[in-house]
Amino acid sequence: MTKKKHPQRPSRPLYDNPVSKWIDKRLPVFTFIRHSLDEYPTPKNLNWLWNGGSLAGITLLIMIISGITLGMHYNPDPADAFNSIERIMRDVNYGWLIRYIHVNGASFFFILVYLHMFRSMYYGSYKAPRELLWIVGVLILLLMMATAFMGYVLPWGQMSFWGAKVITNLFSAIPVFGDSIVQWLLGGPNVDAPTLHRFFVLHYLLPFLIVAFVAIHLICLHQFGSNNPSGVEVKKSEDQIPFHPYYTVKDLYGLTIYLLVFAGFVFFAPNFFMEAVNYNPANPLVTPPHIAPEWYFLPFYAILRSFPDKLGGVIGMFSAVSVLFFLPWLDRSKIKSAAYRPMFRPLFWVFILNCLILGWIGQKPPQGWYLIIGRLATLYYFAHFLIILPVVGWLERPLTVPSSISEYCKREHNRRKK
Amino acid sequence: MIRLFIIFILIISPPCLADATTRPPEQTHWSFATPLGTFDRSAMQRGFQVYKEVCSACHELSHIRFRELSALGFNDKEIKAIAADYSIKDGPNDEGEMFDRPALPGDSFPNPFPNEQAARASNGGAFPVDLSLIIKGREDGANYVHSLLTGYGSAPTDITLFEGKSYNPYFEGGQISMPPPLVDGQVTYVDGTPATVDQMSKDVVTFLSWASAPELEARRQMGLKVILYLIVFSMLMYFVYRSVWRNVK
Repeated sequence: MTKKKHPQRPSRPLYDNPVSKWIDKRLPVFTFIRHSLDEYPTPKNLNWLWNGGSLAGITLLIMIISGITLGMHYNPDPADAFNSIERIMRDVNYGWLIRYIHVNGASFFFILVYLHMFRSMYYGSYKAPRELLWIVGVLILLLMMATAFMGYVLPWGQMSFWGAKVITNLFSAIPVFGDSIVQWLLGGPNVDAPTLHRFFVLHYLLPFLIVAFVAIHLICLHQFGSNNPSGVEVKKSEDQIPFHPYYTVKDLYGLTIYLLVFAGFVFFAPNFFMEAVNYNPANPLVTPPHIAPEWYFLPFYAILRSFPDKLGGVIGMFSAVSVLFFLPWLDRSKIKSAAYRPMFRPLFWVFILNCLILGWIGQKPPQGWYLIIGRLATLYYFAHFLIILPVVGWLERPLTVPSSISEYCKREHNRRKK
Repeated sequence: MIRLFIIFILIISPPCLADATTRPPEQTHWSFATPLGTFDRSAMQRGFQVYKEVCSACHELSHIRFRELSALGFNDKEIKAIAADYSIKDGPNDEGEMFDRPALPGDSFPNPFPNEQAARASNGGAFPVDLSLIIKGREDGANYVHSLLTGYGSAPTDITLFEGKSYNPYFEGGQISMPPPLVDGQVTYVDGTPATVDQMSKDVVTFLSWASAPELEARRQMGLKVILYLIVFSMLMYFVYRSVWRNVK
């Protein structure tokens, strides 16, 4: 045996206490905790981008707690919904704090999840054997989008109402059944009381489905453990360290920094991500001059509007998300990390830039140059997945991949010294 | 980030799609606009006077209760007196009749019109908006409302005003139903401040900014403590992290 390089925790039972023993025999909860924290081996070279997952999980928790608290004071009735939000902001003790946490939490959740996904794309985390881990992640993204969309309708401001109208109206593009489906979704011919009520109920329900999918995501993750910046799987014991205390401490440190930024927005720029127009009560008779969804939907909204007809746009928008399900098989390269993929690496950054361009176009009216740029960017978005990734995997001559994670760490160490 | 990116793009993009008829708001210095800024109490009181004597003839302030005016520096007795000036429709009483009574500190500011139709009928078809959220409900709200209140002028020759409209370049489309609401010396300030249009506008914008976000000062005070706490906590966590990881090569 090689001598231990860093302090490992001595293998001691977590449950000396007879009650704990009794419980653990019948419900192995302490064994489970020990297995997933103490004994769970993790690559030792994870960088700060690997904090995203735990931060997103904590944000989900923050959203659920703040959301349940808001739900106790919110009234999902078109005549009172807007006023009940104002009552929360003005009359409920620290209501403004709870609501601003919830509102900004949604944006931060998407920032974290998008970063988490871009990290997976850069380091090839979706590749074998982690394809299902990735697919469950995309399902979580879809659930988050549905939850966020319905949550945005609840304050019953101008953008809430018109956003709900525009998005539900998309389903009318479905041939034959379109109008019936829209009516079924809305609970009537128009966005009204039944719509608001069911959106509230579903907005309350879906986060708990997200929790369930996060659990599945974690089970998938723990099957093979985390990928790492080298993209090389763990080969020997010196490649890895136990999750606790190393990554618990690193995640907690990351959390304090994250909370600093989060608090900065909640306390000093709480409406940064909000549209001012949504502080005006919903008015079905007055269409706002400019209807745009929240920033996290803008790239998909741009794709929707790039198609000349409505059905095409709807199919395009849903394909833009669905294509992610096939990513593990569209990328033909066996090499995971972009660091050793000289052709893919710049193309990854072009893809990011393209996503930002789509986000910018989503804000703009679909006319003139904006429409042309939007169409090109949409084309490039799909080309990246359907043409570039398969072809690059085939054409590319990868650099030499380190033989192990420890070898990678040595290389990085020497590189930093220079 | 996203907004910065968008602003950057807006700067470099050609101005071909900008709405030529609407002028962007003039930028004014506000005491509450800085990260730790507070509302100027005397400006708020003057602004409340302007709201009470001018704006409240048409505009409601439904989300504010009289007792909240303590934030302006009024004491309980003064608030009771202010409230008593307003009349509230209450009831039904034991005989089943609706009745009028003087407002109490727990009441909201009453609506100057019984309903939207009545408001439109007295204002040439236009509906005077509720001012409780006017600052938050407009992009760059404080500057926008101040620009709007002080920005009335005669229409350029190429614009024909509709019946009952006034020209205001800061209003979307340039034609606004509200006639110029302020003229110099319209109110007599108790503290002797000269009541110019600019002064009254600044004061009422300060008051309405408070009405939009009454939690603003408490929020910033708490935020400062939270941030300081997190800075210390993150530094401690940094040392814990470094000490746990010191042997990982």
